[in-house]
Amino acid sequence: MFRFFKRSAPEKLVQLNPAEIPQEPSAVEPREPVTSAADQTEAATPTPLPADAEPSAQRPEPLAQASEPAPPSASSSTESESAFFDPAVAFAEAFEVINAEKAAAEALRPASLRERLAASSESFRLKLGSLFDRNPKLDENLLEEIETALLTADLGVAVTTDLIDTLRGRIKRRELADAEALYEGLRADLLAMIEPLAAPLQIDLEAKPHVVLVVGVNGAGKTTTIGKLAKHLKLNGASVMLGAGDTFRAAAVEQLKVWGERNDVLVVAQGTGADSASVIYDALQSAKSRKVDVLLADTAGRLHTQSHLMNELSKVKRVMAKLDPTAPHEVLLVLDGTTGQNAVNQARQFHQAMGVTGLVITKLDGSAKGGIIFALAREFKLPIRYIGVGEKLEDLRSFEPTEFIDALLPARTPPPETS
Amino acid sequence: MFQNLTQRLSQAIERMRGRARLNEEHVREGLREVRIALLEADVALPVVTAFLDKVRGRALGSEVLESLSPAQTLVKIVHEELVSLMGEEAAPLDLNHAPPVVILLAGLQGAGKTTTAGKLAKHLQERARKRVMLVSCDVYRPAAIEQLKTVAEQVGAMCAPSSGDEQPAEIAKRAIDQAKRQLADVLIVDTAGRLHVDQEMMDEVAALHAQVQPRETLFVVDSMTGQDAANSAKAFADVLPLTGVVLTKTDGDARGGAALSVRHITGKPIKFLGIGEKSEALELFHPDRVASRILGMGDVLSLIEDVGRKVDQDKMQKMATKLVAGRGFDFNDMREQLSQMQNLGGLTGLLDKLPGVGKMSEQIKGKVDDRQITRMVAIIDSMTKKERKFPATINGSRRARIARGSGTQPSDVNQLMKQFQQMQKMMKKLKGGGMKGMLKGLQRRFPGGGGMPPGGMFGR
Repeated sequence: MFRFFKRSAPEKLVQLNPAEIPQEPSAVEPREPVTSAADQTEAATPTPLPADAEPSAQRPEPLAQASEPAPPSASSSTESESAFFDPAVAFAEAFEVINAEKAAAEALRPASLRERLAASSESFRLKLGSLFDRNPKLDENLLEEIETALLTADLGVAVTTDLIDTLRGRIKRRELADAEALYEGLRADLLAMIEPLAAPLQIDLEAKPHVVLVVGVNGAGKTTTIGKLAKHLKLNGASVMLGAGDTFRAAAVEQLKVWGERNDVLVVAQGTGADSASVIYDALQSAKSRKVDVLLADTAGRLHTQSHLMNELSKVKRVMAKLDPTAPHEVLLVLDGTTGQNAVNQARQFHQAMGVTGLVITKLDGSAKGGIIFALAREFKLPIRYIGVGEKLEDLRSFEPTEFIDALLPARTPPPETS
Repeated sequence: MFQNLTQRLSQAIERMRGRARLNEEHVREGLREVRIALLEADVALPVVTAFLDKVRGRALGSEVLESLSPAQTLVKIVHEELVSLMGEEAAPLDLNHAPPVVILLAGLQGAGKTTTAGKLAKHLQERARKRVMLVSCDVYRPAAIEQLKTVAEQVGAMCAPSSGDEQPAEIAKRAIDQAKRQLADVLIVDTAGRLHVDQEMMDEVAALHAQVQPRETLFVVDSMTGQDAANSAKAFADVLPLTGVVLTKTDGDARGGAALSVRHITGKPIKFLGIGEKSEALELFHPDRVASRILGMGDVLSLIEDVGRKVDQDKMQKMATKLVAGRGFDFNDMREQLSQMQNLGGLTGLLDKLPGVGKMSEQIKGKVDDRQITRMVAIIDSMTKKERKFPATINGSRRARIARGSGTQPSDVNQLMKQFQQMQKMMKKLKGGGMKGMLKGLQRRFPGGGGMPPGGMFGR
């Protein structure tokens, strides 16, 4: 169903989230050390993304991964919670990201995911907090309130009904002592749904290039995601090339070129109106000859219902296979986090046409709660590689289920993560 | 985009079949289905609640019309409320103002503002014969200005220059001057996508609005948006005096609940639909039509009405008696059938009204050609009375004459003869079926939709 990276020797698998690369130069041969490009802080912690997989960097025999087709990080992701956000500080500082809020609240640690998701308001959180303060009775009214909150968060009717039915059943069987227990139960249920989805993007450095094809509907945020991802990969020491496969939309190529310039990354483009497959073919060829680690291939936004455009995507894939039968190594579907239940249709159609291997959920810094993640989890179990929580570079983050739930439904007891 | 909502409601109605009266329990039951249907269509919950309250109030107080079942009555009410929520009639752009009339586009990232700006320019140039100038105030996203420039070139509109290191308000001010100088009738101001929770950016767009004093301030929103559509629409409406909404990407399979949410929250009419990637893919929004399509059942209702009203009961009765009496089906009868079909809006119209035919009808529509029916009627009209009564008398030379008379080819006449024979056979089987039978036949032919209400709905 999903294709993980079983092809190459597992030793070469590098997880891009952790900060391992500068410390382990043997895995990354030709490129210059990151330290030269950026200052000290950055070299120490070059990524804004969670250090969840840190152990794997120093792991002497990563062969443990070989036996497991599933990405190994899912289990480890929850453990190193405390170290989670420090890299972001360094990153933000290193790049002098000016953030008015941050400047105002100087000494504070950088915005945690919970804060980022909440953006300038508390709106990300489900509207339940005050409800539980009154220690309500376990009755239908309470369930109805919860149902309302879940529905307004875009979880969808099916998922919501399931969750509520489970809770109702437990109340009936007297498994829940009080409202607190119910709250915790709901949290646990939600977490269980999305926990398996945490699987950061893995780059196979042997592939040269590891091809990441980025697809999605119009306006989902593909090009922006590519821009951020390129920067992120570069900071991790990988050499990156961009393929301007969006040959349809006006100035899409220029947009990608700007990202290329900003990140000092080569962009292969032919211009608007060219054949997308041929651009990406060129890009792959060029990336191959230059022995680039990662090729990020952009594509034009397309509605999943338009079969001729979906066929065009399949063609891109076919054409790539001529140069490298294993490409694309990753098909990233970018979904707009404000999308409603239609996201499920999008995922289904793109998955059918392309065999999607990972998701990126963007625009979660508004008041949209991204409840579609649950609807998607129920149907597809596609790993969520990143979530976008803002316009800045460090706002492309790997998906942390516990964090996500904490932002949605903060733990009632004083949260342990407020260190 | 509204197909699924239609199906949902079809199911709800089916469940209520056979109930004689509309009592409180039925209403509650029916509305529960409507609620789920609307929520699944991504209509924002507060909007759903408000809407259902209204419907409930009316439904409980209303008496069931003699001719309608309780289910139909409920649908009728839901439909009427939906139409009134969407707005009764289309709201055109207000361009009656000293040029340049300014149109400001605002919305979230990726909603489709720039694309809409281009489409709107084309629309105004071609339909309203306006000279249009575009200007981009998006100084943030890479190549956004470039994009608008290209779009302007594509549609042949003027484009005021701007660059990334200017203030949006300055750009707009200069653009207005330039629009005046170059005698543009309309200036469309494209803005950067912004999150409604980003106070700074919302302030910026408010300032821009104050600067350019637009005649039209359009909120551009993605039709695939979920529950959050209500929040963002509200935030934008609070900051900007919106005059209308543009709903984009409606050519997908989203159920389009955002349309309802935004309409309800802002109280402003939806003025345009983006229906595709091409620059001409912009459509005026007709609330009544869309409301009908959202519900679909509303159209079934009108189909019921249509069949009742337009199919001449006496004639049907006569034909039925005739068939029962054993006399054959002749060209007079066939002509009758054909013209009744035309009265109902032709086959395409008929298919449109059947819920659940859904996607299929799109494909079939391509194949169904209503002109065929007109041609068939013309051929029959070119026959003599005797020929119509006794089709067997039509020989080769008569066929040639009929073809000449009706302006068709002899092969067309032959084809009609063949169709006639098939119908004759069918009629023998149906015995008294008439239009009702034909609809049943149609239903049998398209079982895929599933949402087709039972034949009982077409009663009498």
